[in-house]
Amino acid sequence: MSILTSTTMKLIIAIIRENQLDQVREALIDAGITRITVSHVSGHGRSKTEEIYRGQVVIPNLVPNIRLEIAVNAEFVDTTCNAIISATKANDGGLIGSGKIFITPLEEVIRLRTGERGPDAI
Amino acid sequence: MNCYNQPNLPVMKITTRFFLLLAFLVLPASSLIAGEATPVIDSGATAWMLTSAALVLLMIPGLAMFYGGLVRTKNVLGTMMHSFAAMGIMTVLWVACGYSMAFGPSVLGGWFGWSDDYFFLGGIDDKVMPAGIPEYVFSMFQAKFAIITPALIAGAFAERVSFKSYCIFIALWGVLIYNPLCHWVWASDGFLFNLGAKGAIDFAGGTVVHISAGVSGLVAAIYLGARKSFPHLPMRPNNLVMTMIGAGLLWVGWFGFNAGSSISSGLSTAQALTATQVAAAAGALTWIIIEGLHQGKATAVGFVSGILAGLVAITPAAGVVKPVGALALGALATVICYLAIILKNRLGYDDTLDAFGIHGVGGIVGAIFLVFFIRDSWMAEAATVAGSWTVWQQLGVQALAVGIAIAYAGIGTWIILVVLNKIVPLRANAEAEMRGLDNYYHGERGYGMTNPS
Repeated sequence: MSILTSTTMKLIIAIIRENQLDQVREALIDAGITRITVSHVSGHGRSKTEEIYRGQVVIPNLVPNIRLEIAVNAEFVDTTCNAIISATKANDGGLIGSGKIFITPLEEVIRLRTGERGPDAI
Repeated sequence: MNCYNQPNLPVMKITTRFFLLLAFLVLPASSLIAGEATPVIDSGATAWMLTSAALVLLMIPGLAMFYGGLVRTKNVLGTMMHSFAAMGIMTVLWVACGYSMAFGPSVLGGWFGWSDDYFFLGGIDDKVMPAGIPEYVFSMFQAKFAIITPALIAGAFAERVSFKSYCIFIALWGVLIYNPLCHWVWASDGFLFNLGAKGAIDFAGGTVVHISAGVSGLVAAIYLGARKSFPHLPMRPNNLVMTMIGAGLLWVGWFGFNAGSSISSGLSTAQALTATQVAAAAGALTWIIIEGLHQGKATAVGFVSGILAGLVAITPAAGVVKPVGALALGALATVICYLAIILKNRLGYDDTLDAFGIHGVGGIVGAIFLVFFIRDSWMAEAATVAGSWTVWQQLGVQALAVGIAIAYAGIGTWIILVVLNKIVPLRANAEAEMRGLDNYYHGERGYGMTNPS
């Protein structure tokens, strides 16, 4: 069972711009993906966001971003990724720093309330 | 600050003494020549009016914090800047033409006032008003009202207005809407000041400040349209702690706003101060009681909304009602504001921070219902002036003043918006709204700028 499970469940981790969060969430909800975890993170990307501090242009060393974690069954991976890609593309015209999506296999999922495991618990 | 001033102190004392001496020498002579006494400075009244001017200014950072805490993280600075920008723009305009338009003698059939003496406050350098305060103090006290009124409007269209366009809007609004209204209601030759037996009662700005700002906010909110994703995505306040501090500053500052509006330091000041305190408390308590019964929980935002509803309602009434009246007005304003916000949610327009729901509605409630709580001595004075005077006659005067304020502010704001929108679009573009006002218009962020976390 555990082998079967790990191939059918995926964890999608998307790093997006802070300001894309609302659009991405709306797109995901429209696509039927309603279970997501969102965290505020910061890191180094290729983009250099400029801010102004007392008249001086400064480039913060860490750029704030949003990290989405979405656990899905394999057949929903494309739907989810497409929703994220189209939502971000529609709004920033392909600028550097739009972010990335990572997809990894997911070993096991347990729903705390019922103790269910595997694809049904997603 | 003190250290810097100390070396100058003896000099200042000497010059002050010199001027006092001069004043004593000149006063009898000039009064003989002119046939009337030049007002002497009442240091008590002056001291309180100086304090009041500072207290009312304190309300504007208070409002910035109150509004700033209620918006989303990406708009916190942009929203606070709406209040701060008003401090800059309205002060400059007030000195240039605002004071003259508001308190100069009527021109253009009483639309507003004008006096060349007030142009850049050039002619009031050594003027003392009959109330015993230097005219500078009165002018600066009134300037703070001209600042806070357009800043209140910003709550209605928060999170979606272009900064440049907002700045031009409040400048036009201040000149074309606020100054004439202020003239009508508070200038000695304003037509609402002279309506009925003793004028329309607007002690500290129920119609001039709150109704005009609330109605204009409603018009602007409808004109600009709702924020993107409103109302289906929840838009949570970014920092309610800041909102609570802001509400606290507003309550404290309101003593300057209301008690200062007595333009004296005496009995009427004490009456206004008491009414202000009582109404704010009654409004806040009523809000959390209603909310507790209706929603099961007393929220912090509810408590501070109640404070504001009570304070707004007592603003026109502070000079004429006793504590029981203040209690009733505060509680009544909260009930009606609470209902107005429920109605707003049903109607679905996006008055983001309830500028109309609290200031417009609370101001109308205060200005209308105050007639039932006017103290007897006021009614007696009105009866002496007019022969006889009833509550219902005063109600007519109040309703007329409120109606005129609503119509003038509403229609005037609409015209300003339509014209301005053709030149500088008011609505923030989609990119600005998405990235947030802070980053798009100011290039900054409110929290964790150098090391985001």
